[in-house]
Amino acid sequence: MPITTTHYILLSAALFTIGVVGVMVRRNIIIIFMSIELILNAVNINLIAFSQQLQNGIGQVFAIFVIAVAAAEAAVGLGIILAFYRNKETVNIDEMNVMRS
Amino acid sequence: MAQAIAFYFIAACILGFAVLVVSTKDTVHSVLFLVMDFLFVAALYVLLGAEFLAAIQVLVYAGGIVVLYLFVVMLVNLKRPPEAHSDPHRRTMLGFLLAAAVLVEVGAIAVYGHSQPAMVPVPGAAMPVTGNTAQIGWLLYTSYLIPFEIASMLLLVAMIGAIVLAKREL
Amino acid sequence: MIDTLVIPLLKIVIVLNATLVSVTYMVLLERKVIAWAQSRLGPMRVGPYGILQPVADAVKLMIKEDITPVRADRWVFTIAPIISMVPALIVYAVIPFGPEVKLFGRQVTLYITDINVGLLYIVSVASVGVYGIILAGYASNSKYPLLASLRASAQLISYEVAVTLTLVSVIMMAGSLSMVSIVRAQQSSHMWYAFVQPLAFLIFFIGGLAETNRAPFDLPEAEQELTGGFHTEYSGMRFALFFLAEYANMIVVSSVATTLFLGGWLRPFPNVAFLSFLDFIPSWTWFLVKSFVFLYIFIWVRATLPRYRYDQLMRLGWKVLIPLAIANLVVTGIIKVMLL
Repeated sequence: MPITTTHYILLSAALFTIGVVGVMVRRNIIIIFMSIELILNAVNINLIAFSQQLQNGIGQVFAIFVIAVAAAEAAVGLGIILAFYRNKETVNIDEMNVMRS
Repeated sequence: MAQAIAFYFIAACILGFAVLVVSTKDTVHSVLFLVMDFLFVAALYVLLGAEFLAAIQVLVYAGGIVVLYLFVVMLVNLKRPPEAHSDPHRRTMLGFLLAAAVLVEVGAIAVYGHSQPAMVPVPGAAMPVTGNTAQIGWLLYTSYLIPFEIASMLLLVAMIGAIVLAKREL
Repeated sequence: MIDTLVIPLLKIVIVLNATLVSVTYMVLLERKVIAWAQSRLGPMRVGPYGILQPVADAVKLMIKEDITPVRADRWVFTIAPIISMVPALIVYAVIPFGPEVKLFGRQVTLYITDINVGLLYIVSVASVGVYGIILAGYASNSKYPLLASLRASAQLISYEVAVTLTLVSVIMMAGSLSMVSIVRAQQSSHMWYAFVQPLAFLIFFIGGLAETNRAPFDLPEAEQELTGGFHTEYSGMRFALFFLAEYANMIVVSSVATTLFLGGWLRPFPNVAFLSFLDFIPSWTWFLVKSFVFLYIFIWVRATLPRYRYDQLMRLGWKVLIPLAIANLVVTGIIKVMLL
């Protein structure tokens, strides 16, 4: 059976779901960030699979933008984690509840 | 045939390492599994004929972003396990259920799409260059020049923001 | 069958073995050259003039006890040396030692493969090598290795920026990312890029010294302050892997510098017909000679210069080399667009 775009989409759906489980179930914010990276990778697999199916490079260009945004997100997000850790000495999101009344 | 074997092997590794990333207790091990996962995703890109993206994936993700994660994990040297405290209102089962719903939904769309007639290749504007890298460069600097510049601005802003956040006093 | 499987496998085996042997002999060469620089003899006991010293060292390291500290993270402690060694070896897949030659009636290329993102491959593989250092420091669960590994990785990441920027100006000159095409571009432009891009060459060399943690930038191994660096807790063969990885990285840097700036396998003045009598020397010899000169300069620098202080090192990287590399890139771009 040849490998079609559907195979790649199903793989990407599974990877996306694993990322979603990580975001919803884990309480360590660093692991949650890593799960978001997994989700972004799932999206990139989709984009590149379609780029290959449609025989043009637009999907790959879009994947480059996704990677750029992921880099920006990681830098700012980790900065926030560090700043929060300095004040509260924790990375557990269940304890990040100062906005709760 | 060889392509199918390569695909299934790489896919199994990607999913296996992804499960390890979200399930491992030790954060440093989790970061390591994330690196392995990204390397296998890069291998998948090579399989899809996107070798430039594969190199960028290794360079930016494995060589850049994850090193950042590793630094933060080492700086956030925890005195107590991060998951010790748990919110009593937390509903972990609901998280799994929602994730399963997402999987069913996305999978259903994929399977439905498979039964539809396949999209025909729509070649974009004729490019005067050949080869993966040259084509991406051509697209980036012609049709997608403004998004490209905006992405570079975004990176600059993120860089300044990260420095402001992480520095104790300016 | 022979062309797709046997010959590539043979090439891989030959290149890997040649690399490992030359790495061990680099250690001997370094000891000898530094000894001569200090009017000593260096190792003399094993074999004539000590030329079998690497064999003795290898045997010694293999039969030494392999200690894992009790509080160490056992898995990470084990894989860290492997992670630092593997990237240094797989880089050789794209380094061209020579052009196509006729060997036993068969066209054989003197490189394992020529991919069209070759230079990007080298940069990205090399960027994975930093994990070995960070993880070694973390897994040892000991304060000196941790400090040393933070230093080493900060140094590596800082200088990687400058080095990559100089590579971009080379890519601009050649118009290709493939290593073979870069050498061919130097042939057709009648000029080694070291003469066209002297600043990039200099920055690449300094950055290469810093990235391989060599003197005068060998702060991660400063014995006086850090008791020996990120591999303090390692012993036996695992320590040897770190040691060999450092020397393998030196050879990688000199091979890449040879390919990008010194014309790879080309003889000196490749377009001067007057010197064509030099063509009887096989092309790969030129490559090896040029790389050897580089390696010699590495050792020479170590024997000559004192160590930098840490803040000086960071200032040199961020405030001197990176701005210079950016300026070089901009000037290269302007000249390329205006004049060519």
